[in-house]
Amino acid sequence: MDFGPYLMLATLEGAVTAAVLALTASGLALVFGVMRVVNVAHGEFFMLGAVLAWWVTQMLGGSAVMGFVIALCVVPVLVGCLAALTDMVILKRISYDPERTIVATIGILYIFQQVTLMTYGPDARPVAPPFNTRIALPWIDFVDGRLSLYWPWGLSITSYKLAVIASAGVILLALWLVMTRSKLGLMMRATEQDRDMALAFGIPVEKVYAFVFGLGAALAALAAVLIVPIQQAHYLMGGDPLLLSFIVVIIGGLGSLPGAVLAALLIGLSDGIISVFFSPTLAKILATLLVAFVLVFRPHGLFGVRRG
Amino acid sequence: MTTDLKKSLLLHGAVLAVLFASQFVLPAYHHGNLARVMILASYAMGYNLLFGYTGLLSLGHALFFAAGLYGMGLAMSQFDVGAGPALVCGVIAGTLVGAVIGMLALRTEGVAFMIVTLMFAQAGYLTILYFGTYTRGDEGFVIAQPDRVLLGLDLSDPTVRFFAAFTVFCIALIMCLAVVKSRFGKVLIAIRENEDRTQMLGYDVTRYKFSAVVLSASLSALAGAAYGILFGYVGASFASVQYSIFPLLWVLLGGAGTVLGPLIGTLFMFYLIDLSSGITTAYMLIAGVVLVLLTVFAPQGILGELRRRVWKWLP
Repeated sequence: MDFGPYLMLATLEGAVTAAVLALTASGLALVFGVMRVVNVAHGEFFMLGAVLAWWVTQMLGGSAVMGFVIALCVVPVLVGCLAALTDMVILKRISYDPERTIVATIGILYIFQQVTLMTYGPDARPVAPPFNTRIALPWIDFVDGRLSLYWPWGLSITSYKLAVIASAGVILLALWLVMTRSKLGLMMRATEQDRDMALAFGIPVEKVYAFVFGLGAALAALAAVLIVPIQQAHYLMGGDPLLLSFIVVIIGGLGSLPGAVLAALLIGLSDGIISVFFSPTLAKILATLLVAFVLVFRPHGLFGVRRG
Repeated sequence: MTTDLKKSLLLHGAVLAVLFASQFVLPAYHHGNLARVMILASYAMGYNLLFGYTGLLSLGHALFFAAGLYGMGLAMSQFDVGAGPALVCGVIAGTLVGAVIGMLALRTEGVAFMIVTLMFAQAGYLTILYFGTYTRGDEGFVIAQPDRVLLGLDLSDPTVRFFAAFTVFCIALIMCLAVVKSRFGKVLIAIRENEDRTQMLGYDVTRYKFSAVVLSASLSALAGAAYGILFGYVGASFASVQYSIFPLLWVLLGGAGTVLGPLIGTLFMFYLIDLSSGITTAYMLIAGVVLVLLTVFAPQGILGELRRRVWKWLP
């Protein structure tokens, strides 16, 4: 394969990563934005989404399409409720103190991860995609001095991957509409801007917190259900999405949703392209150092605005 | 005040005496464990200097522990240095890493400080994996018995190892007591309680915090180097996130900002995990549950609660 088609393939694979990352990271950004806490257990909600998706499809049996659609509807709600419960039982009791929340969510991380290890086991298990047609992609090239279309060998994508990109776009659009156009979104934004004033205006801040924490986890779970037919479900799979979401949220400006989506596109696409040219370990070293240095020298993120 | 000082000297002397005496009583298995616990407790004490006394919560101390471990191990395996100088290499490596991280990470505070230290430690861990040709990555390398002889003492012998671990623990304990009782330590506690006010009183807060990071890093590195030389193994798992979480867990459990808290926390957690790993492979579940319970119900830890209720003089 020539360089051009190769780059296009890397870009398309990167777009799938970016789509899933945008969903996961917007969950983390939402929680940080509204509640001002860092949820270190975010990656585990992603993992739970994938594992539960496998579990639901196994329980139902039957056709791959049915099972997957039901998993897509049920799993995010389940994970969201679990997260809301965690918020009410644990985080509320430590009154969302930023540092203690990090320590508590580290504990929650280990609890979810290890309980999954005890019940689901250490194996990686696949979920069948609902549809998976191979689509060969054309490439334009100069042949004998004129443009011609041809289908290079290996340049293809599956219909499922395209569907992942499209559905991530739809979900993010829906999230944006909820945040800007609905009463629920108004309540969330009010809580974000001034917790005490929102409380004074009769907004049930505690319920909003539980809802936001659940919604953030549900977004991660949704992303995981979408990715699990491509990447298998495993109890340690939460680490990478957590790291990448951190990178995205920090670069996109802490707590800013549009910033997070933009940064997810940037990171997802460049991750796909960089890992083609560098060793994955080196790419990860550079990425972690990038986050650390952005936080040290630009604490409000590359696109972030200074908050009062 | 002087009676308090006497009491605290008596208490710490008694603890050291009990540890010393246990060498002659304990069966072989627990005897080896206690040596390990004393080294890990020294690591936790290094962590406690920063977290408990200065109020800076680092999530990346495994970097300093590993700097000591690899500084010592690589000096031996790559440059054929003897045990004594290798130990010094480890401590120097940890101190240097601490100075660099201190200079960078102290530009941030609060949650950002936690994430920055976490990220630097993660980058350090990945770097160890990346240079697998020298570090042997996850697999690690073994330090052969002939290299583990210090001043004519064979550190692989259980009895000698126990006393070596005891010596390291004594150094850590005396250092912590000295710091806590000194003017320097008082300023650190003042920074923990109210940074702005301390600055207003004319103290150069940044310089004090930097010294605390470096001191904490060198103590952690000493523990790391000693761990490698006493137990004969150097591996990347000691640089992973888990080994940054452990000292936090031990210190929180024993009581942050108490000199003996790290020892009690380490001893308790070590046996809890040791017992539970006999039952299930998911032994980190215990660590998770203890972390959550501690943050919710007892943020002061065991000795912190004791100090609040009974022994007000506890350092």
